Amino acid sequence: MDLYTISSNFLFAAFILYLIGTLFFGATIGQKRQQNIKSKSSKIAISITILGFTAHLSYFIIRWFASGHAPVSNMFEFIAFFGMMLILGFIIIYFIYRETVLGLFALPIAILIIGYGSMFPREISPLVPSLQSYWLKIHVTTAATGEAILSISFVAGLVYLIAKVDQTVRSKHTTWLEIVMFFIFATAAFIIVTTTFEAMNYQSVFTQELNESVRDIEYHLPALIEPNSSELKTEGAFSTGLEAPEWMRGDEAGSKLNTLIWSLLAGFVLYGLTRLILRKRVAAAIQPKLSRINLDKIDEIIYRSVAIGFPVFTLGALIFASIWAQEAWGRFWGWDPKEVWALVTWLFYAAFLHLRLGAGWHGEKSAWLAVIGFTIIMINLIVVNLILAGLHSYA
Amino acid sequence: MKKVKCECGHINHEGTVLCEACGKPIEENQHIDNNDKNKLLNMRYDGSARRSQTKKRTIVDKTWAFFSSVKVGVWLIALTLIAAALGTLYPQEQFKQSRLPSSQFYEQEYGITGKIFYQLGFHNLYSSWWFITLVALIGISLVICSIDRVIPLHRALKNQKPKRHEIFVKRQRFFSETEGVSDKDREMLIQNLKNRRYKVREEDGHILAEKNRFSRWGPYVNHIGLIIILVASILRMFDFMHTEDYVWVREGETKVVPTTDQQYYIKNEKFIYEVYDRNDERFQEALKNEEFDVPSNFQTNAVVYKVKEEVIPGQEPELEEVTRGEIRLNHPLKFDGYSAYQSGTQLRSEYETISFSIKNSDGQDVGDFNFKPNVDKRKYELKDGYNVVVTDYYPQFEITEEGPSSSSKFPRNPGIIFEVNGPNGHSERYFYLNEDIVALSEDQQFNVNLEDTKLITASGLTIKKDFSLPVFLVGAIIFMIGVAQGLYWHHRRVWLHPTGNKVLFAGHTNKNWYGLKNEIEQALEGTNINMVNDQQEKF
Amino acid sequence: MFKNKKVRLIFRTVVLTALIAATIAVIYLNSLKDNPVLAEGDDAPNFMLERLDSNEVIELDQLKGKGVMINFWATYCEPCKKEMPYMEELYKEYQDKGIEIVAVSVDKNRMVIENFYNRFDLSFPLVHDKKGTIMELYQVQPLPTSFFINPDGTIERVVKGPLTLDRLETYFKEILPKN
Repeated sequence: MDLYTISSNFLFAAFILYLIGTLFFGATIGQKRQQNIKSKSSKIAISITILGFTAHLSYFIIRWFASGHAPVSNMFEFIAFFGMMLILGFIIIYFIYRETVLGLFALPIAILIIGYGSMFPREISPLVPSLQSYWLKIHVTTAATGEAILSISFVAGLVYLIAKVDQTVRSKHTTWLEIVMFFIFATAAFIIVTTTFEAMNYQSVFTQELNESVRDIEYHLPALIEPNSSELKTEGAFSTGLEAPEWMRGDEAGSKLNTLIWSLLAGFVLYGLTRLILRKRVAAAIQPKLSRINLDKIDEIIYRSVAIGFPVFTLGALIFASIWAQEAWGRFWGWDPKEVWALVTWLFYAAFLHLRLGAGWHGEKSAWLAVIGFTIIMINLIVVNLILAGLHSYA
Repeated sequence: MKKVKCECGHINHEGTVLCEACGKPIEENQHIDNNDKNKLLNMRYDGSARRSQTKKRTIVDKTWAFFSSVKVGVWLIALTLIAAALGTLYPQEQFKQSRLPSSQFYEQEYGITGKIFYQLGFHNLYSSWWFITLVALIGISLVICSIDRVIPLHRALKNQKPKRHEIFVKRQRFFSETEGVSDKDREMLIQNLKNRRYKVREEDGHILAEKNRFSRWGPYVNHIGLIIILVASILRMFDFMHTEDYVWVREGETKVVPTTDQQYYIKNEKFIYEVYDRNDERFQEALKNEEFDVPSNFQTNAVVYKVKEEVIPGQEPELEEVTRGEIRLNHPLKFDGYSAYQSGTQLRSEYETISFSIKNSDGQDVGDFNFKPNVDKRKYELKDGYNVVVTDYYPQFEITEEGPSSSSKFPRNPGIIFEVNGPNGHSERYFYLNEDIVALSEDQQFNVNLEDTKLITASGLTIKKDFSLPVFLVGAIIFMIGVAQGLYWHHRRVWLHPTGNKVLFAGHTNKNWYGLKNEIEQALEGTNINMVNDQQEKF
Repeated sequence: MFKNKKVRLIFRTVVLTALIAATIAVIYLNSLKDNPVLAEGDDAPNFMLERLDSNEVIELDQLKGKGVMINFWATYCEPCKKEMPYMEELYKEYQDKGIEIVAVSVDKNRMVIENFYNRFDLSFPLVHDKKGTIMELYQVQPLPTSFFINPDGTIERVVKGPLTLDRLETYFKEILPKN
């Protein structure tokens, strides 16, 4: 077995261990508070999480050996690292606050993130000249760690909102909370759909004529929407015949839009079925399980993880980033989309801290801010890399 | 100025919420921090008199109060955030990678929304006057907010006395009452607190234990860092601090370095372009899917010269080598405060030499004609009295309405018309274009063949001088110290307040209550004092 | 910190004025950024190049006392070639009145300039800026660009893009020596 395979197996092991850990964390809720701290299942749960983290770390180190550079050089590697740091952040917060319910949410979110990253090409790719710098490992790892710690505040915020938002009547808050839930389902749906068709080796090819040149475009999901002005080439392959709008001209714009539609539709089905089975809002179904948690403590975790993550994020995503940009391009700041979104993230959490400390935004308000903050981080990770793609378009 | 005298005898500034010395709420000011509506005291800025909260009289005071408000600060941050995000909707003008002028590019590429984006000036958003104004307003807010809070807070913390008013102690978030506390308990508590590095002060049996007060200055330290960064970006607008330019240097060419007042020249000795080996075991899986080679190196081997003695521009100066080295991505070449960065390449895009072999009517070789597009030479002598004369040369050949022409000065697609003259006066004309030779004369006796072509690479270098960098770095370091100080340490205080036969005990921290609770638990260990209740806890 | 309100008011006024002044200065500086380094009113940098059409040398500073038009052009620039006849036409008329034209070609190879030169009958001086040094010195971006220089050596006008006969004559009159 070569190093690449070994490292991939470790990642898979981590993935499975996090799944098992989630189940054990699930077993801890509903137990009485004092009891569950020392309860067996919470001990097992955190042990499995640490074991999973160790496997995850092994993946990282072995892959580093195999490739000769820090494995944070493409979308898959970055997300895998981000997921790892999310787990690390959770473990640290766990040992400060001993809050098991956090694990029940942190682990599945980490699983979804790792799963999402695994849908991108996983081969070890060589470093293009612009990435050949020791600042790659310093900048990217610090920035990802900062983002991961900040994401813990989202996990805590989600717990807070599910426990706190009044589910007896329908309100703006319940609706938004369900929208958050829906996106979690859609991410899961994306992973399921992509993996299923990958296992089936599904492929269809379109030929697209653009600016007098003809090119082939591969689809790995059945075409719900075709690339703009294209012809189906693969005989007998499924296609609705609908075309992507004209302004979507990027190489893979059609394929990306198709994947997005698939994820949203499948997410809708998944979410709808869940609603049908539960016969109530998803958050409302989870709420009773969280009746015993200490909301003040969760509120403090929301704030603490921002307080811990903010300096790390500043250091990695702004300061180290600027130093590297200065080395590579001779300008430490250039208003590249990725840089702008790092600034947007930073400004947002700066506002979060000011509102919390200066204007007394605690509890629910803080929790909603944490959710918005995570949305910005995800935009930075997904939308900016895949759609706005400037200098950082390493995906 | 109107002063407020507290019953403890301390004289407070106008607008004080909690007496600086004893903490007793000052009656007429409780609305400021909403204390009148709550059970617990609002401990923000320790109830000190923020000067923006005083009565606003003049326009200056009103403006001051405006910028001093956290609410305004957050609004400014939010507006900047939204504006910055909007600018990434479509590429900024500098990133548009299209030859179309912006007036057409945005509409053609993105339709009506693109047109609006352009018409609103969002294609140059980050250098627009209004965006810069927003950032400047944040800067103003930073300065005024800090001045307005740090001074009263400092005064409040300096003036605080161990002996606090009963109301102050009772209305803290962490609070307990205990009867029958012995002197031994007190001693034990003091010892425990000292072991946890609390500074303990006593007054008439009242105790104030405090640690990490410096954490309270964190926000102001980081604001100073940010202000330094903003100052640095102002400095950077001046040429003596920062210049930037771009120069294309072809292999073998020596060019004046822009922005150096014609003082420096740079030569591109050789350009190296390397790609990853497709058979490399580590990367072969990934490279299999790549249509084009993946580059592994862009490198200019450069020599930098300084002008020895100034000459009038246009004349050839005498040059003196300053430094030589490799310029690669991530490895700029530095010389005398300037840095040269590898920023662009036109890979093997221009002809350096085009070689022809020429045979006479007897089939004998009469020598090679090596045409060098960038050399001012018209007549090339060959052997045996033969020669070649270049009559027309088009560096980048094209046909326009007016006949053959060139679209640039660079030999990217040279077209050459030349005559081959024999010793006996016989002459033939040829046309060369795109690796093809066409005889223009009838009765062709000579034989002209293309032997070889040599292509060179043009290397694009960014030339920078930036003396503002250390200022930015200092600002960034101060900012980091400030945020770490403010967010990684916590200002914690506990009070012991004997009253009658009871002892009141209270604790306060600006954050991480959970940590304080644990610490109080440990400090009370071995004493008879009751553990504090979280008076805010609702669950 | 302050003894009385008056001191406080002065302090606030000073701080606010300084901050607002800095903001206005930044906005002003930023608006200047796109302007060329060489603007109207600046001294035209000196240069010295050999003439292509004779063996003489042209040095800009030697032409002080005359109104000078420096015309940056190239053989591959069609609009440049179109304005040459206008320049020739007016040169004949204004040369005696104290106007000089220096046409600076930024081509890389002298041959192409000679071929062009032989086809047209131009009498004003032509020089060759082979390495682009003068182009860099004058920060020339589009071709053609013309600088109209007063007899005292200051730049009267910078024109980017081609000229018409009328405009050319107007600009010549602006830089005409006063005697």
